[in-house]
Amino acid sequence: MIHFVLLISRQGKVRLTKWYSTYSKKERSKVLRELSGVILTRGPRLCNFVEWRGLKVVYKRYASLYFCMCIDPDGNELEILEIIHHYVEVLDRYFGSVCELDLIYNFHKAYYILDEILISGELQESSKRTVVRSVAAQDSLVEAAKEQTGSTISNIIAHAAK
Amino acid sequence: MNPFSSGTRLRDMIRAIRACKTAAEERAVVRKECAAIRAAINENDQDYRHRNLAKLMFIHMLGYPTHFGQMECLKLIASTGFPEKRIGYLGLMLLLDERQEVLMLVTNSLKQDLNHSNQYIVGLALCALGNISSAEMARDLAPDVERLLQFRDPNIRKKAALCSIRIIKKVPDLAENFMNPASSLLKEKHHGVLITGVQLCTDLCKVSSEALEYFRENCIEGLVKTLRDIANSPYSPEYDIAGITDPFLHIRLLKLLRILGQGDAGASDCMTDILAQVASRTESNKNAGNAILYECVETIMSIEDNGGLRVLAINILGRFLSNRDNNIRYVGLNMLMKAIMVDAKAVQRHRATILECVKDSDASIQKRALELVYLLVNESNVKPLTKELIEYLEVSDQEFKGDITAKICSLVEKFSPAKIWYIDQMLKVLSEAGNFVKDEVWHALIIVISNASDLHGYTVRALYRVFQASTEQESLVRVAVWCVGEYGDMLVNNVGMLDIEEPITVTESDAVDAMEVAIKCQRLGLTTKAMALIALFKLSSRFPSCSERIKDIIVQNKRSLVLELQQRSIEFSCILQKHQNIRSALVERMPILDEKTFSGKKAGSLPTAVSTSSIIPCNLPNGIGKPAAAPIGDLLDLSSDDAPPAPVSSGGDFLQDLLGVDLSPASAPSGTSQSPKTGTDVLLDLLSIGTSPSVQSSSSAIDILSSSHDNKAPVSNLNGLASHSSLSANATSPASSAGMMDLLDGTGAITQKHEENGPAYPSLVAYESSTLRMTFNFSRQPGNPQTTFIQATFTNLSPNVYNDFLFQAAVPKFLQLHLDPASSNTLPASGNGSITQCLKVTNTQHGKKSLVMRIRIAYKTNDKDVLEEGQINNFPRDL
Repeated sequence: MIHFVLLISRQGKVRLTKWYSTYSKKERSKVLRELSGVILTRGPRLCNFVEWRGLKVVYKRYASLYFCMCIDPDGNELEILEIIHHYVEVLDRYFGSVCELDLIYNFHKAYYILDEILISGELQESSKRTVVRSVAAQDSLVEAAKEQTGSTISNIIAHAAK
Repeated sequence: MNPFSSGTRLRDMIRAIRACKTAAEERAVVRKECAAIRAAINENDQDYRHRNLAKLMFIHMLGYPTHFGQMECLKLIASTGFPEKRIGYLGLMLLLDERQEVLMLVTNSLKQDLNHSNQYIVGLALCALGNISSAEMARDLAPDVERLLQFRDPNIRKKAALCSIRIIKKVPDLAENFMNPASSLLKEKHHGVLITGVQLCTDLCKVSSEALEYFRENCIEGLVKTLRDIANSPYSPEYDIAGITDPFLHIRLLKLLRILGQGDAGASDCMTDILAQVASRTESNKNAGNAILYECVETIMSIEDNGGLRVLAINILGRFLSNRDNNIRYVGLNMLMKAIMVDAKAVQRHRATILECVKDSDASIQKRALELVYLLVNESNVKPLTKELIEYLEVSDQEFKGDITAKICSLVEKFSPAKIWYIDQMLKVLSEAGNFVKDEVWHALIIVISNASDLHGYTVRALYRVFQASTEQESLVRVAVWCVGEYGDMLVNNVGMLDIEEPITVTESDAVDAMEVAIKCQRLGLTTKAMALIALFKLSSRFPSCSERIKDIIVQNKRSLVLELQQRSIEFSCILQKHQNIRSALVERMPILDEKTFSGKKAGSLPTAVSTSSIIPCNLPNGIGKPAAAPIGDLLDLSSDDAPPAPVSSGGDFLQDLLGVDLSPASAPSGTSQSPKTGTDVLLDLLSIGTSPSVQSSSSAIDILSSSHDNKAPVSNLNGLASHSSLSANATSPASSAGMMDLLDGTGAITQKHEENGPAYPSLVAYESSTLRMTFNFSRQPGNPQTTFIQATFTNLSPNVYNDFLFQAAVPKFLQLHLDPASSNTLPASGNGSITQCLKVTNTQHGKKSLVMRIRIAYKTNDKDVLEEGQINNFPRDL
């Protein structure tokens, strides 16, 4: 089980946090502080695993962002690396060569995508296409609703202008 | 519309926050935004509710408090449109956690949405429930989720499956409801549903043994078939990762098979073929393939015994170890650590590769490998492995040396086949990385050397050789210095020559040279120098031809600025000059050190009783108790008859006591403030004869020791003693130097006892400071031994007159004190007169305890109030 997912920039800014196990607000900020201290300072040639408080944190750096997932000590670290990569590839497909700015301004979309990949700390879907399609379908639902309200408003305006 | 709530767009707010140059600026922007959002919330603004919540989520990620937005999530979830619900559920998962009571309010909305006609809304509800559901919610909504496991759309079925995992983890009782629907998910073709279904079954097995049995009976064959199909499936672009179809599904299937096979031979049997296939056919050139292999190995190691498969698995791990990818090597070592419990022999075959990993450039791999090597060592391979490790020690990084030395030392100690081998290996480690070795390690080595009497000569010669080569490693120098001091004669005369040794010629003066090097070398620490000084002192009787030179070297150190060295050399030269008759006995070779006591001490268990049987309290005519005299007597006893070296077992640091190099207080500015370790450190006293603490601690120390004579006082008692006597450290400062010289000068026969029982007691300088001296004269009435009359005489040592002179005294409960008025309250300057005052002390425990007294003297000089305090412990013992 994945206990939490963190996206941290190289400068230590938090870009996404998702908690699947229960952590209080205080604990959450402590975890963030501790882990960004450990992970951001690790050398480039070291392995991608950090043993931390009896759990394992698997991290991987993509450009300026560190993707971190915390798992049980008996979890499969190599698989977690694949899950991280899976998420990154879906982000890439969705945004079209994703960059950190995409994830800052569309942070909610990064969450929507993650919610299509993981639920209760377990993998939900191994097909990138299915994930992207599902997110896109929901996006279009939102767009349709917007247009609808937009058109009602313009109708009202048109009506009032008459 | 409210002017605030129109506010900025989300994008503009993020931009504004990112434009902030300082944290203060950022706080200001956030504060403004939060104010606007609060205002909007208060006005129940609907149009921008979802935008405000999005902003709040961003603010929340920056670490600011956003609790005031929690209700907004609930409102958005309760609204009808999909966009509102989507952002509402996201906010719910982000801003709330399962422990907030607000969450209970959402149960109803969740229930409605789980039954919504729009499948995406059902999906949102399942996702939220799966991520933050509490036990109560899980109980309330379990039937809906269970129903959704059979929903027509696979996207809902997979979400419902993962949501069920959360539910059964929160409420394990519900597991049996999910068994049947879960097992039907295993027959699905859709990968998402299959993956989540397998995962659900795995978690069901973990919470319910009933489920485990159920799946064992009904699903193994199906699972094996699914795994075979997926492993043999042709290329499918949708699920392909590095040439493998859906490694995630592979891994989950292997995990479930592991749980089903564990402890069930029949089930294990069913899966051996497919495990063998996965283990042997999976491509291992990419991470995805290795992830599968890793999982497969773990399953093979966990299911019921199948020798052939295990060899295959361990070989895979062996290949992992030679992989270029750090991650693969790391998991390989991790896995081997587990495998060693199952099949140590198979792991042993990869020893060479594991040893290579100890030399890896990645520190976490080095560490893992070293731990693994440590587990691999046994009696049969300790020699080659230690050799490898020591060779590696020579080239390893500085920061890794400490770790590796500790491991080697522990291995050598644990598995050593022979003492000579142990000594050899330790010498290698010490000469390579002696500076990284902990004190216990070289202490232990000295104990072993001491106990290997046939190797004394060999060891001291070997040490002399490495010492000649280099004095870089301090702990090596210490051991060498100790051995030369003890066994110097064997070094010179080639005593106990072994066949393997090359003879060396060392003259007596060569050995003395070596000690001189150790004393004079700038780099070496105080402890080493002090040890070298003792070694020289010991050599003085072993090497008569060099005794003049040794005397010179010792005398040179009389001027040492380091208190400890100065004191030692003064004492030693005094013994060399004036006490030839006892010298040879004093520098006798150490009795064989007790290994058991040391190892017991190392394990942290202090001896329960302190043997004090050989301590004879004795008095000397000047009224100062001298416990130090007794241990010296002890030493003489040791050489003359077979008295056990019992005092060695007392508290404190064993070897340091032995060597008398407890230097912790040496940095204190004056000798009188050294913390006394009397009583416990009989051997410290033995070597550092007449150091101030042993003299000062005087009668009270003896008191406790003698009273513990019968009832085996625990060590804590002695600690109390130490602190007690430290109080007295200052009280007798002037007496101490006198006492020390006295001890050495006045008593040729050291065990001489004070025989005068008559009423005449010598006068005692009870207190002395730079400005004041107080002398006590004692007298007693015949027939009343309990009561002592004391006449106190005060003398002014300063050039100023003391006015308002007041003497006060306090005694413990077993004493009664009566003070007569003083002869005057003015004390003339510079000793031109004195004040006398009479005291009457009654000792109700006469014969058992001796007098102690605390004093306080107050006076005025130059219009300033002065207060002097002290404690008197050096009363004649039988008062």
